[in-house]
Amino acid sequence: MEFAPHTDADVRMMLDALGLASVDDLFAPIPSSLRYERPLDMPEGHTEIEVLRELGALAARNRSTDELVCFLGAGAYDHHVPSMVWPLLSRGEFATSYTPYQPEVSQGVLQALFEYQTMISELTGLEISNASLYDGGSALGEAVHMAASATGRKAVVLAGCINPLYAAVLRTVARGPDFELREARWGSNGTADLDAIRALADGAAAVAIQTPSFLGTLEDVAAIADVTHAAGAKLIVHFDLTSAGILEAPGVLGADIVVAEGQPLGNHLNFGGPYVGVIACRREEARRLPGRLVGETTDREGRRAFVLTLQAREQHIRRAKATSNICTNQTLNALGTSMALAWLGPEGLRELGETCLAKARYCRDRLVEVAGAKPAFDAPAFKEFAVRLAADPVRVCERAAADGYLAGLPLAEHLPGRGLDDALLIAVTERRTREEIDGLAESIARACKEEA
Amino acid sequence: MTQPSPPRLALAEEQLVFERSRPGRRAGRMPPLDVPAAPAEAIPEGFRRRRAPLLPEVSENELVRHYTRLSQRNWGIDTGFYPLGSCSMKYNPKLAEDAAAIPGFRRLHPLQPESQTQGALQMLVELERSLCAVTGMAGVTFQPAAGAHGELTGLLIMRAFHEHNGQRRKRVLIPDSAHGTNPASVTLAGYQTQEVPSDSRGLVDVEALEAMVGDDVAGFMITNPNTLGLFEENIERVAAAIHSVGGLLYYDGANLNAILGRSRPGDMGFDIVHMNLHKTFATPHGGGGPGAGPLAVSERLLPFLPGPRPAFDEASGRYRWDEGDDRSIGRMHTFWGNFGILVRASSYARALGSDGLRHVAERAVLNANYLAHRLRGTYDLAFPAQPMHEFVLSARKQKARGAKAMDIAKRVLDYGFHAPTVYFPLIVDEAMMVEPTETEAVETLDAFAEALIAIDAEIGPNLEELKTAPHTAPISRPDEARAARNLVPRWYPQAPEPVHDPEDAGPAEKPSI
Repeated sequence: MEFAPHTDADVRMMLDALGLASVDDLFAPIPSSLRYERPLDMPEGHTEIEVLRELGALAARNRSTDELVCFLGAGAYDHHVPSMVWPLLSRGEFATSYTPYQPEVSQGVLQALFEYQTMISELTGLEISNASLYDGGSALGEAVHMAASATGRKAVVLAGCINPLYAAVLRTVARGPDFELREARWGSNGTADLDAIRALADGAAAVAIQTPSFLGTLEDVAAIADVTHAAGAKLIVHFDLTSAGILEAPGVLGADIVVAEGQPLGNHLNFGGPYVGVIACRREEARRLPGRLVGETTDREGRRAFVLTLQAREQHIRRAKATSNICTNQTLNALGTSMALAWLGPEGLRELGETCLAKARYCRDRLVEVAGAKPAFDAPAFKEFAVRLAADPVRVCERAAADGYLAGLPLAEHLPGRGLDDALLIAVTERRTREEIDGLAESIARACKEEA
Repeated sequence: MTQPSPPRLALAEEQLVFERSRPGRRAGRMPPLDVPAAPAEAIPEGFRRRRAPLLPEVSENELVRHYTRLSQRNWGIDTGFYPLGSCSMKYNPKLAEDAAAIPGFRRLHPLQPESQTQGALQMLVELERSLCAVTGMAGVTFQPAAGAHGELTGLLIMRAFHEHNGQRRKRVLIPDSAHGTNPASVTLAGYQTQEVPSDSRGLVDVEALEAMVGDDVAGFMITNPNTLGLFEENIERVAAAIHSVGGLLYYDGANLNAILGRSRPGDMGFDIVHMNLHKTFATPHGGGGPGAGPLAVSERLLPFLPGPRPAFDEASGRYRWDEGDDRSIGRMHTFWGNFGILVRASSYARALGSDGLRHVAERAVLNANYLAHRLRGTYDLAFPAQPMHEFVLSARKQKARGAKAMDIAKRVLDYGFHAPTVYFPLIVDEAMMVEPTETEAVETLDAFAEALIAIDAEIGPNLEELKTAPHTAPISRPDEARAARNLVPRWYPQAPEPVHDPEDAGPAEKPSI
């Protein structure tokens, strides 16, 4: 199946106009030694019906969260995607447009991004949001670049329990500029240890934390901000936007740069992507911001207009001296996030937070009562928590999957050597019902008994 | 027969979603709480949000109208011709959207055990084989979310490879016609950029390159065809020069559409190749993203790829994640990459197949040559050689008569087309870069050519209208300098005092790429 519209007569006419005898003559600029004359080593083309059948068969070999009741989080969450979001994002004028370099014919995307930036500013408590980065991990990397540029320092303190996958991405991108990563271990309650931060923050560009942490616990952002600023470092907070209806905005508590994974608002799980990296900063750091930024201005008639602005930061102008190399970002996913936020409104976002909070607490209590689980940490939490089980969490998850549950993330693989080999990380979103939670608790109880 | 009139966007101004807000109005709700509410102390004093965020309070009907009206003020490929050079704005098949929406893909959690994700892993392994077939490379990482992300991944692999061999190299060479992402990525990888000049034909000056190489050169990054749309016929000599000092050759896949099934980077001597699936494999650009920038490498670089990688285990007949060993540069993406985009690309590769992909290159190059032929009498071709899938015009003659490339680009909008890329590559005076792609019909190319010729004829009799274009778009030219000097990055209920910033707004004639 092909999408080029040319008839044989079209091709003939066009070749004639060019004075060429054959299609092969179009490739005359390629030296003959480099011309590939065989068929590519891949199947012949197929029709739409066949392709959808093939891919449908592959998809059927997966057990998705439609089939399994999802209590797995760890950076990707089974929240409700409002029904209006994907039909609107699928509109061709949004989906098939390029980066809005021609503002006169791109006001739709530009205004939608301006609205997104406003919402992110409100949720993070910082004035300036960009128009998206790749994902939560790359956003953390970009935040460290910003802090390094602002302070002229090269070390970053990772405090508390940051998602190890975000930390892994940071470790990779830190190889280029030779950033030094210092790990401040978390305390016994699963939150950042202020003394550990104090001991490592000297001379650091930034202290980075995640709240709620990877373990689900809430960090004391204001206290950590004090310690961080006393050392002359910037505070980077990796935040969960779904908690922003009930948890104070990190910017209000002293964070200098806030980053987030925007997937939980308006984006499907999609086996890990496309998601959306969120980053926000204070006004004085605007010129260090990576990526696209939309600003308001006026056109020649004085009408309100939106444009990509402060482009002098970016790779297409500043080249080797740009604040980042990012060009293509995750605009459509950012629009999904802002549509979900508009759908929720302030009251819906608060209800979302209260609902997740209540259901996660109920789930934890049921696991303690029914399955003999022990909370791994006693610090306050939001929608995710770790419990210690009487049996190997990997085996428990296998048995729970047979009962129809995606029970959570066994922590041993992701946090090796931290004494968490018996721990399971469980996320509870607003989509889960009491019946599902009760069912999970019973399934885990059974599994623990059978494995014991 | 009725003559088609140019497509037009909606002129009606649309309020900000916040301005549609009415206290108490709402769309989404949570189900009634079926568990006990959390006690107040569940969140410590000082952690709880004090002021509700200013989110819009709008009904769902009003939200749907809002976003629908915004979309009507935006140009997409689905609206009309989008001849942006270097961007391969081809038709994005709707098949891909159906494929990506299959619940078994869309509703899959990235951290599910391998036993639950066999179909997703198989899809990736099969797509990897197709991308290797197209590029002539040995293996792929799917983690890069975009082309520039692929560049950084490739440069970090380059660095890891040299360091593994005990070499701390310093310089990465790029042509002076390179995309801005190339030097920006080089800096992020901890290397210094050095530009290689182009020769009078618009190709890499091979003698200059040979004089610049040394054992501190980590590698050379280049597109082929290059950003002028010209095939680098000396690419084998370039490869030999770089390899002679132990450097690696990096292929920026922005222009891969030109050679699909006709020539392969692996056969040209490239060691590292990124692809832009949102260009070559027709996945939608989404107003700026998401894309996917998978990176392919030659055999000797496989161990350095980011992990984990999808793999097929012959013995068990199962698919699994392969972590690699300590030579891997580590993770570049939180999870596995932009999987939803990879599903779309897979549907495209399956639909076109080996024969169809070859036809893509043929039709893309035919369209570009035909359009260049139609225009070269009116506009200067920046370089006279036979182009591949795109070509660069210079509006220097038009500028001398009073109309710059920017004016012409803006006027094109009035004729019912998106503008070409302008002011890129930087080495061309008044550059206008045109890439028609293979999915445009000859009558569209003719209409576009006639529009550009008509605009040229407006210089003189109609210069003022040309220089103030567009006149039919939702807005006229916005004041970009003001946007940068008086930054308004968000909405406030009451407009704050303007903050004036003396910093410059960048050049007025910015590359639109």
